[in-house]
Amino acid sequence: MKVTLFIPCFVDACYPKVGLSMVQILEKLGHTIDFPDEIACCGQPAFNSGYWDEARAVALPVLKRLRDSEKIVIASGSCGAMLKVFYKELFEKTEYAQEARDLSEKCHEFTDFLVNVLGVTDLGARFPHKVTMHDGCHGLRELKTGKLPPRKLLANVRDLDLIEMEEAETCCGFGGTFAAKFPMISTAMGDVKCASALETHADYIVSNDSSCLMHLQGLIDRQGKPVRTIHIAEILNS
Amino acid sequence: MITFVKEFKKQATRLTGDLRHRSLIQTALKKYEVIRGAKQAKFQDWQVARQAAAETKWEAINHLDKYLLEFSQKLEARGTHVHWATTPEQARNIILKIVRDKKARSIIKSKAMTAEEIHLNGALEQAGFEVVESDLGEYIVQLRHEAPYHIVFPAMHLSRGEISDLFQRELGSAPTDNPEELTMIARRALRNKYITADVGITGTNFAIAETGMVSITENEGNARLTAALPKTMISLLGIEKVLPRLEDLALFLPMLATAGAGQAITGYNTMYGGPRQPGECDGPEEFHVVLLDNKRTFLLADAEQRDALHCIRCGACLNVCPIYRNVGGHTYGTTYQGPIGSVITPHLRGLQDWKHLSNASSLCGACTETCPVKINLHHHLLQNRRNAVSQQPVWWEKLAFKGFAFLVNRPWLYDLGKKLGRIGQVFHPIVKGTVFDPARNWTRTRELPELAPQSFHELWKERK
Amino acid sequence: MSERDAILGRIKEALKISAPVPGEHDHHAPAAGDLRDFSKWLPRVGSDFVEQVELFRANSVELKTDFRLLDSAADVIRDLEELRVGNGWQGLISHSGKLTDAALAKIELPVLITDGGYDVNAMEKCDAGVTECDFLVAQTGTVVITNRSAGGRALSVLPPHHVVIARREQLIPDLPTAFALLKKKYAENYPSMISLVTGPSRTGDIERILVLGAHGPKKLTVLCY
Repeated sequence: MKVTLFIPCFVDACYPKVGLSMVQILEKLGHTIDFPDEIACCGQPAFNSGYWDEARAVALPVLKRLRDSEKIVIASGSCGAMLKVFYKELFEKTEYAQEARDLSEKCHEFTDFLVNVLGVTDLGARFPHKVTMHDGCHGLRELKTGKLPPRKLLANVRDLDLIEMEEAETCCGFGGTFAAKFPMISTAMGDVKCASALETHADYIVSNDSSCLMHLQGLIDRQGKPVRTIHIAEILNS
Repeated sequence: MITFVKEFKKQATRLTGDLRHRSLIQTALKKYEVIRGAKQAKFQDWQVARQAAAETKWEAINHLDKYLLEFSQKLEARGTHVHWATTPEQARNIILKIVRDKKARSIIKSKAMTAEEIHLNGALEQAGFEVVESDLGEYIVQLRHEAPYHIVFPAMHLSRGEISDLFQRELGSAPTDNPEELTMIARRALRNKYITADVGITGTNFAIAETGMVSITENEGNARLTAALPKTMISLLGIEKVLPRLEDLALFLPMLATAGAGQAITGYNTMYGGPRQPGECDGPEEFHVVLLDNKRTFLLADAEQRDALHCIRCGACLNVCPIYRNVGGHTYGTTYQGPIGSVITPHLRGLQDWKHLSNASSLCGACTETCPVKINLHHHLLQNRRNAVSQQPVWWEKLAFKGFAFLVNRPWLYDLGKKLGRIGQVFHPIVKGTVFDPARNWTRTRELPELAPQSFHELWKERK
Repeated sequence: MSERDAILGRIKEALKISAPVPGEHDHHAPAAGDLRDFSKWLPRVGSDFVEQVELFRANSVELKTDFRLLDSAADVIRDLEELRVGNGWQGLISHSGKLTDAALAKIELPVLITDGGYDVNAMEKCDAGVTECDFLVAQTGTVVITNRSAGGRALSVLPPHHVVIARREQLIPDLPTAFALLKKKYAENYPSMISLVTGPSRTGDIERILVLGAHGPKKLTVLCY
């Protein structure tokens, strides 16, 4: 089928390999990728800061461009939540309210799409390392993806050893502009997360949300910790 | 002038740096999560129970005038004096008048967040009355001249050593690090206060409309003693505490205990329907109930956030909030802390002064997931942010977001921006961490991600 | 206009706009049955006496309630004697009632009675308060009392040991049943105090460590026959 891939702004600018991995996985499964290269941001930063008019200015082109798509896969839990859950609130009292609701039905986070829509859990990947999973809040709670789809996929990756960390479900502390507005709290939360990950002695922290990984990698690099972050798409493509 | 937000940031910085304190809170709350998980699992269907609780509170709040009237009339029919207060000042004055009329010399009090909210103790003490907090945790923070740390566990932040020192200083007791001995010291100190107090003041957990009763939940028994021995009893409550029927307690009492403390049910749940009735051998001669509005009707009028009034003050949202776990209760600087506090304080005390609490959240949603009455907490934080900005936008933020929209809607400009960024990041190390660093809020503690040599857009174009 | 009318007026005004249906963001309808049938969602309770008494017993162990299932009124007298000796009781306080009268008829101790009034300082000197109750709730290990069935408000909470004399028929399955029966029993003339007592008095306010006997009784004994 034709799958529209929505690439968040930070994946585009900083982690394009994550997007590329998703493209390669979906193409290997026999689907064609529609990449809307004229849209770049879901509008979450403005929305989260309370500037809903400015958020709509960014979100409306996205809404319009995606109206003809059949299935939309979003390369991040946080943008996924924006498109699937928050566009409904953002456009509620406007003429686009129904379109936003229609869009919501078509949106899926990447692991949710693989497991629950395509019914695929084994991608023939191999990743011989110890790995611990961080459940990004948006995927876990907002999108109600839950813990299972990424774990089902990881379970079929050959030679991968998944060790659960105690604080798997606890927020990493990124939260968008929160990380810059309240850096001391954001950092403390990230430290708690990293400490929990280090307790597992895993080589990698994996997640389905690059924004979380960006925050954790930033702390890891500054503190020189012996662990690396990686997006689940990169593992599944290896 | 120190604003609330500056104070919040100052406290947050201090406390996130205090590893001992963070460790104490995290350990306590992790233990709670384990026992709470166990008790929740015993429910045949916790999620449906939440739905039932949410709908019951919806019914109560969306017919609040009807149920409040029924509640007050049923109470009055059996001899209770019901008072209505719009402002904290009115509530304080009502209570002051009662204690003056009774020529009270000593007042004993059980835990009441509403009393904190209206700063009752201070007003009574200023008027020359001795007020003793009977709940152990409240008694401890009262001796320390501190505010409660957590709405359910007021002394959660203190170690036994600190409590022993406190008792030694204030009560002249011998030092001990045994929690049982410390509790017995407090028990002995308070015993005589119960027996000799003229007035007992309590809070209320639930106000039952059908039968005209106030329901009080506790573990220690101090509220029962406060309601049994003094000649005059006063119960204070926010008008949102109403439940329609007595049988609703069968659902709310175990849910309150499970969500709030990981207990199947709290030790004592007591319903009071009036002063001593004919034929009863004890109990207060006079019973007063004080109903407090204090901006609750203002929150009621905000239909989008009205469900924040469903709150049963269980404390579960505080317990699971990663922000609360890292900054603790006092940092909020308000009566109501954690997620629910962040949602309602702007309504109770002013949006512009308190919007920062709604901003100080990563919106992880753990609070909404855990709330036994399904308040859409983290979405309300987003709505507070929107309302704050709508009322009073921050000019440079608005400009920045307008600029970003301009940039992002023009792909060629956005591409140019990325290319310039790649060049710019080479020079960033020069200013990194200094006052000239535009990203210093990030770079103070973290490394910035690098812009990839080719963006996804560029890689995609190449594939074609 | 009174403050009452002002507040009610503001409420009526506010409620002119309706609020979203509860839990819409997170809806969980029951697969079957009425949402208000709370017994279905609360922890499960077995349907017969044996299961229920075992549940009450198991809860009592966790709560540190001393629960004894006895065979006869004579056993109650025997156990009270054992408690008297074991705890070194010097004086008791109770209320008149069919069960308490029978249980305390032969005890060799002064027994104050709260009926008609009492001196609180005299109560404070007593070692235990002996009361009847309305129900025993299996689901939570709760003793349901009222100031009418248990000799007042203070008798069951001021003395350091609370002893309850109950009959097997008073054991009921769960909290919804308790409230339904309270309503039936007391209808329009409720006692001014109803209390659900679950275990001895406790606190976790010091480092979250459990300590019994914070202000209320340190010991709760239930003698059920």
